[in-house]
Formats: sequence, C-alpha cells, structure tokens
Amino acid sequence: MGRYVLRRLLQLIPVFLGTTFLIYWLVWSLPGDPFAGKCGERPCPDAYISLMREKFHLDEPVIVQYLRYLGNLFQGDFGETFRGSSVGDLIAIAYPNTIRLALVALVIEAIIGLAAGIMTGLRGRGFLDNVVLISTLFLISLPVFVTGFVLQIVLGFELGWIKTTVSKSPAPWDELIAPGFVLGSLSMAYVARLTRTSIAENKRADFVRTAVAKGQPQSRVVGVHLLRNSAIPVLTFLGTDLGALMGGAIVTEGIFDIKGIGNLVYDGIIGKDGLVVTGVVTLLVVVYLMSNLLVDLLYAVLDPRIRYD
Amino acid sequence: MTDPSTAASGSSVEADQFVTGAENAKPTTTKPRSLASDAWRDLRRRPLFIVSAALILLVLLMAAFPFLFTQADPNYAELSRSRGTPSAQAWFGYDNQGYDIYARTIYGARASIIVGLVATALTVLIGGTLGLLAGYYGGWLDGLMSRIADIFFGLPFVLGAIVILSSFGSTGTTSQTQILFLVILSISLLSWPTAMRIMRSAAITARQQDYVKAARALGASGPRIILRHMLPNAVAPVLVYATIALGAFIGAEATLSFLGLGLRAPVVSWGVMIADSRDIIRVAPHTLLFPAAFLTATVLAFVMLGDAVREALDPKMR
Repeated sequence: MGRYVLRRLLQLIPVFLGTTFLIYWLVWSLPGDPFAGKCGERPCPDAYISLMREKFHLDEPVIVQYLRYLGNLFQGDFGETFRGSSVGDLIAIAYPNTIRLALVALVIEAIIGLAAGIMTGLRGRGFLDNVVLISTLFLISLPVFVTGFVLQIVLGFELGWIKTTVSKSPAPWDELIAPGFVLGSLSMAYVARLTRTSIAENKRADFVRTAVAKGQPQSRVVGVHLLRNSAIPVLTFLGTDLGALMGGAIVTEGIFDIKGIGNLVYDGIIGKDGLVVTGVVTLLVVVYLMSNLLVDLLYAVLDPRIRYD
Repeated sequence: MTDPSTAASGSSVEADQFVTGAENAKPTTTKPRSLASDAWRDLRRRPLFIVSAALILLVLLMAAFPFLFTQADPNYAELSRSRGTPSAQAWFGYDNQGYDIYARTIYGARASIIVGLVATALTVLIGGTLGLLAGYYGGWLDGLMSRIADIFFGLPFVLGAIVILSSFGSTGTTSQTQILFLVILSISLLSWPTAMRIMRSAAITARQQDYVKAARALGASGPRIILRHMLPNAVAPVLVYATIALGAFIGAEATLSFLGLGLRAPVVSWGVMIADSRDIIRVAPHTLLFPAAFLTATVLAFVMLGDAVREALDPKMR
C-alpha cells in the first residue's frame, strides 16, 4: 500500500508540471497585447508598460517565467493581478463559494441518484425503470445552461420560490440548492444509472444468494450485503466528481451570479489577467488529481478484494 | 463530458467469428454472422434505435439541405417584428433583432453538426491511434503516452476549452472557418485522452488473445497485427464512446458559444441563438425555448443511439 501511494504520488509530479506549464504557456506566450484596454480609453503610457513588463518579468523566456512562478507557488504566493491585488486573496474569497456549491451539488446528486438507482435496480424492468431510464436520458442530453435558465425562469421569475441570483459572499446554503441541482443534474443521471447496473449485477451474485439461503431477512440482505457491495463504484464516481464539479461550475456560477472561482477565472480571461487564470486552474488541477488518488485508495479500503502492492 | 466507464466495456470476441473450417463445412441453413452483422440484426429490432436513427437522419437532412424546410432567409432581420411571438408566418416567432427563429433553427443545425462530426472524428482518430499503439507496444511508449493523456485529462473541460479558445482567439481571427476550426480543435484536444484510454484497454485485452499470438507465431508484422487483428476486435467500445461523444460535443459547442467564446455571429448555430436570447429570456422565452429544444433533441438522439449500439455490441447484455 505504502509503495503504491508513493508511486502514484511520483506519477502525479510530471502530470502536475505538464498541466500547469500547458496553461501557463497558453495564457502568457500567445500573441495579443496584454495591455490592451488596461488604461481605459487610451493606450497605456510607456512608463507603465515597462514597469509592468519588469514587474511580471514578461521579457524573459516563458520557461524561466514558469519556473519563477512555480517557485513562488510553492511558497504559497499566487502572485498579483495587474491592478495589484493578491491572487491568493481573491481565490481565498471566491473558493469557499465554489466548494459550497460543489458540495450541495454532490449531496443532491448522491441522494436523488442513489434513491432512483436503488429503486429501479431492486425492482427490475417495469414502469418505474422506464421512467428513470428516460429521465436520465433527458438529463444527460440537456446542456447545463439550459437546465439553469429553465429553473431560473420557472422557479425564480414565475413562481418566485428561489432567488434568481446569489450575489452574497459567502453564499448562504439555502440559496445554493437550485444552482446545486443544476450543477449536479448531469452526474445525477450517471449516479442513477451506475447504481442501477451495479445493483442489478450484484443481485445475482453468489454472496446474495448465500445470504438469502441462510434465511436472513430481506432488509438485511439488501441493506448489508447488496448495498454495501454495490456502493463501491458509485462512491468512487462521486469522489472523482467533486473535482470535476468544481471545474465545471463556471457555467452555473455565471447563470446564478455566484461569486465563485468560475466567475473569477472568467473575469480573469476577459480582463487578460493571466495570473488569476493560471492560479485558479493550477488549484483545480491539484484538487482533481488529489481527489482521483484518494478515490483509488478508498477503493482498496472499501473492497478488500482489491490489494495494491 | 461523456461517461467513459459505461463505454469502456472490454472487447468482446464473438464465437461465430472463429468457426473452424470443419464446422463450416457442415450443411447449415444459417450463415455464420460477424459481430457487426449480428449487431445490425439486433439493432433493427430496437425501437430506441429506430427512433434515434430517424431523428438523426432528420437533423442531418436539415444540416445538408436547410432550404427544404424553410423558404425564409435566416440572415434577414427586421427590427419592427422584434420579439414577435409564434404565428402562422413565423412558426417559432422572431428574436430580439427580428430574425425568423424557425429559419435560424433550421440553418443552425449545420454548424452544430459540423462541429460534432469533425470533433468526434478527430478525437477518435487521435485517441484511437495512440491507444492502439500504447496497448500493443506497452513499455515506455505506453507510459509516456498515458502520462501525456493524464496531462490533458487533468484539465477541467470547460475551463480548458475557455483558456485555449481565448488564447488563440485573442489573435483576432474573425473568419468563420477559423473560429469553427478553433472550437473543433479545442474540443478534440481535451477529449482524446478518454478515447485513448478506452482503446488502450480494449487493445490490451485483444493483445492477449490467442489469435494475436497465432498471428505473431506465423510471422505477421506489427502493423499487420495491429490493423488486421487487433483493430477490428478493439474498435467496438470506441465506436460506442464516439456516438455518445458526438452528442456531448454538440452540447459542448453550444456551451462555449453561450459563454461567448465559441462560434459567434454571423455564424448561425443553436449555441449562438441561445446566447443571444440570454438577456431577453424574461420577456421572450420562446427565443430560448426553440433552439434549446432542437439542441436537446439532437443530443438525446445521439445518446440514445449510443445506448442502443452498446447494447447490441455487448453480448453480455443480451
């Protein structure tokens, strides 16, 4: 186990370096004037440009800039925006909102997806099964922004049940329910389908037959033997999804005006503030890679048949 | 965007394909069927497949010959009819600029379909080739390719596409083909690792089969083993992924256009129309409804087709 973790951590290093360098290179070394529109309606004065080029080391080759950035990053310094505010502070303000949104989405997708999956998996083919299959198909095909707009119009403007925008920061939990539903809707469909297949497969497994043959009550067979074994692939999916939800929150945050990192990175791209973009993406990549690693380890803990050596 | 775990069922080997000559000689009434023709027979009986195939044919027809469906000009705007509601003249009403929404929805199919088809082809081509090579040769080549795939896989899709599009887009391109090309490129660049992983695992399964060992023992060269023996047996899971991914890519194009980074006017596409409707949803919800409905129906058709094809190709599901 220890050697496996070590090997996985070592494998993370080139992936981390590659991804962050790719982003850094894309953001900083492509054509286009980084100072366009920075000084209002007139071109920037030369003194400002040379000051900024000096400050952000824009005249050095990209690889040197990148290494310098990485060095600062390891000391916890995300750098500064062109306006002089610290990127680390901006992320610290915005990130809790995204974490909350992703957590709400995760809880909603887990509850609804698992419930739908368990019900259809246990019952087998029938009316309910078809309803769930068709509705998951719809959820998979609906682009997130369409779901978001429709919920915003119907629940927000027409019925007045929810607030259409969540502009407070930190965002209150209850206002995040609708956005969380929107963000988690796609994964909810996958969770439901995954649970359904997993249960349907395990229902015919030997250990379930043995449990029934031993004369155990139905509730114990399902609750202890069937569900615990079927939950493994679902739990691993949910684990990897947390990282993906944070990266995918940008559209949902845009629709509901949540002040999360998706909004931050979007503003960074529009305002050509490269350090904001690289900082946020780096953070998300680290979260994604770590959550993947944790899920793989969790897999071994949950399923004793799997052993890493 | 797509769920790789469901598409990544290991390669399936049909017993029918390897009937020996002696068994073939027996007088049988039915010919031994290949996996493909077996799947085709199975597919034709599925209502899911028929419905989705009909929908897809309709959308393809719309993309190829939009003038068959509408006489109106999608690029003719009249401000006096701005936000007009659906009527006999314009079935879907008019948008903020006074464009005919029905005509634009029909003409919008082309851009969305082109992006979906080309991006899928590119993804499968890159991912499939690399996955096949990695799966066959293994060793350091496999390690290197898997790490490169990990790098692209680690980027969140929307975020990565936004960074790529805005970086290359800032070079100031306004030509339609160039924007289209950029969108396709960014989608494929971020999606090929999924195709590669699926193809790689299928290729590894295929490589350990006896027929590959037999071919090698007979002196077949590497390329021949890969192309003649492994590819036909490893392609099924990738095909399933490709069908579902096609739908997902059409949705991704719409998402990027919606964020203002993908296609933009004068290109007519569903994503562009939805993005245009953004500020007037409250007063004119029909400007969102119709393009969104067409978009959803198209994505749905491809996802359903993928589901049907997977069930037909996977003997375990029969």
